[in-house]
Amino acid sequence: MVFLLRRFGVMILTGLALAMVVFSLTNLEPNLEKVAKFEGNARMTDEEVASWLVKNGYSQPMSKRYAEWLGVAPGWTYTDEDGKVTGRCISRDVPAEEAPARCGVLQGDWGVSTIFKEDVRGIIAKRLWLTGKLMFWVMLVMVPMALVMGGLAGMREGSKLDRSLSTVSIASTATPEYVSGVILIAVFASAAVGLKWFKGTATSAMDGITFENFTLPVATIALYGMGYIARMTRASMTEVMTAQ
Amino acid sequence: MEPLSWTAIIGLIIAQLIPVWIGMLVVFTLSVLFKRSLGLFGKPFDSTIGMIGFALVLFWVFTGMFADMIITHDPLAQVSGMKNKLPGTPLPDGYEGYAYYLLGGDNLARDVFSRMVAGSTIVMQIAPLATLFAFMVGITLGLPAAYYGGKLDTLLSFLANLILAFPVILLFYLLVTPEIVQTGLPTYMAAVLFIFPIIFFVVLWNARFFTQPGKRAAYLGVTLVIGIWIYLGVAWNADPLGIISVPSNILIVFVSVVFVNSPTVFRIVRGLGLDIKTRDYVAAAQTRGEGPWYTMLWEILPNARGPLIVDFCLRIGYTTILLGTLGFFGLGLAPESPDWGTTINDGRRLLSIYPHPAIAPALALMSLVLGLNLLADGLREESLKD
Repeated sequence: MVFLLRRFGVMILTGLALAMVVFSLTNLEPNLEKVAKFEGNARMTDEEVASWLVKNGYSQPMSKRYAEWLGVAPGWTYTDEDGKVTGRCISRDVPAEEAPARCGVLQGDWGVSTIFKEDVRGIIAKRLWLTGKLMFWVMLVMVPMALVMGGLAGMREGSKLDRSLSTVSIASTATPEYVSGVILIAVFASAAVGLKWFKGTATSAMDGITFENFTLPVATIALYGMGYIARMTRASMTEVMTAQ
Repeated sequence: MEPLSWTAIIGLIIAQLIPVWIGMLVVFTLSVLFKRSLGLFGKPFDSTIGMIGFALVLFWVFTGMFADMIITHDPLAQVSGMKNKLPGTPLPDGYEGYAYYLLGGDNLARDVFSRMVAGSTIVMQIAPLATLFAFMVGITLGLPAAYYGGKLDTLLSFLANLILAFPVILLFYLLVTPEIVQTGLPTYMAAVLFIFPIIFFVVLWNARFFTQPGKRAAYLGVTLVIGIWIYLGVAWNADPLGIISVPSNILIVFVSVVFVNSPTVFRIVRGLGLDIKTRDYVAAAQTRGEGPWYTMLWEILPNARGPLIVDFCLRIGYTTILLGTLGFFGLGLAPESPDWGTTINDGRRLLSIYPHPAIAPALALMSLVLGLNLLADGLREESLKD
């Protein structure tokens, strides 16, 4: 129990440290300048950039901004010459009087992407769901095939079957996704070879998964992982087979 | 002129690769003749799989070395009229030089064969060296973590896990963006990572020749002078003699790859160290009164060499894959660079109509990594036998 709690603590600590590293790398001075020029206009002078950063809460120290993003420190507010209050937690829908003091990841406010013009939570949720579907099918294909391969290879160590299956699994771990993807598309989806069994792009799989548009992506990812699992299975299998 | 048939293409490619065949023949003859006296290096020659792996690796090593003699065209030169042409297409009339694009032209009318060969040079320059550096970092930190344990181990393991938990692609994206390069972060990382080889060798000689001051001074002096000279040139681009300098984008790629690889090496070395330090010969060295660094570097490390060499082979393959990933995402290397990842990405766009520009580098990358994995497999099997 203590072990579990400690592991859990280390996990949270790692997560926080990782988030902080990414946060500070993306929030370095030149990056902020890029954000200012992207949001304002590309020809802003240095003074304009500086004042934009102050107005949008980017002039605070990094640690404060990280705490705000996490939601443990109150969000920044800025009052301009006319007395209009803007702030991290203040938006068109949430006027200054009703705005909560803290809004960050912990409060469930993950911010809005300036590129997609969409809520970050929505962006993540959508892609997580799509990735999840892909991974589900990958697992469904990869694990049984790898277990069968590893099991057959480990039954009789050193036999012809073992040699050939082991070589296949080594070959599959030696082929990264961007290589096997290219080869699979060239063979099964290109006009040059002419098989054209599957589609070379999975864009349409976002709306509906079909055998035609989902086979190649699933096969590409499954291949790379399969060899590794098969080798692990083979190792445990030979151990069991040689046990007295 | 007529386009070449596939037989003719293969024949011409084999002819073009003559320096490679000669090199491989020499190495193989020598290795088979002297394999008994070569120790671990001779091991792969006892198994067919190891031999095939070794041949594949050797093929790419020599291709990388003799690339200038092998290429038929300048890998960056464009010849009008050769855009997306199929393998074996002759060049337009009146063109001086080699008369064919052996593996066709890519979408910018460059020679696919020459680009693939030139790409092997880039991989051969970066991958083994970056892996070696990652091993230096991993060994220098992993041995004390295993030997001393306690707080040091906890801290180093936490840091290693932190880097391992980082999504590699996100890390690469962050490291190579021009804004972050501007802040000098990659240079500082290079400054930290590249000092480990110097530390490693200094400690290594110091521990060995502690009782022989004359020899120790000589070894340390040579190591420090050469080490600091290379260090200044590579990490800070400040070589006082002006001989060594590394292009900044190559340095960034190099640093990212070393940075991502070293925590894994650290964990392997730490695991091996934890196992070996309980052995009797380590206890004997401690009773003899040897210092901790002598025990680590001259008692524990040599006895961990088997698994480490096997992992070294595998890790060069993994580094090659990482380099390809970087090129594929267009990170770090120049957009027209002939490295395999970039060329695969270039060819990807027209893949369903003209697959040949992407297939050549894809097969090249796959065969090199496969060779390294087979070699590692052969080494492992043979080193388990004794």
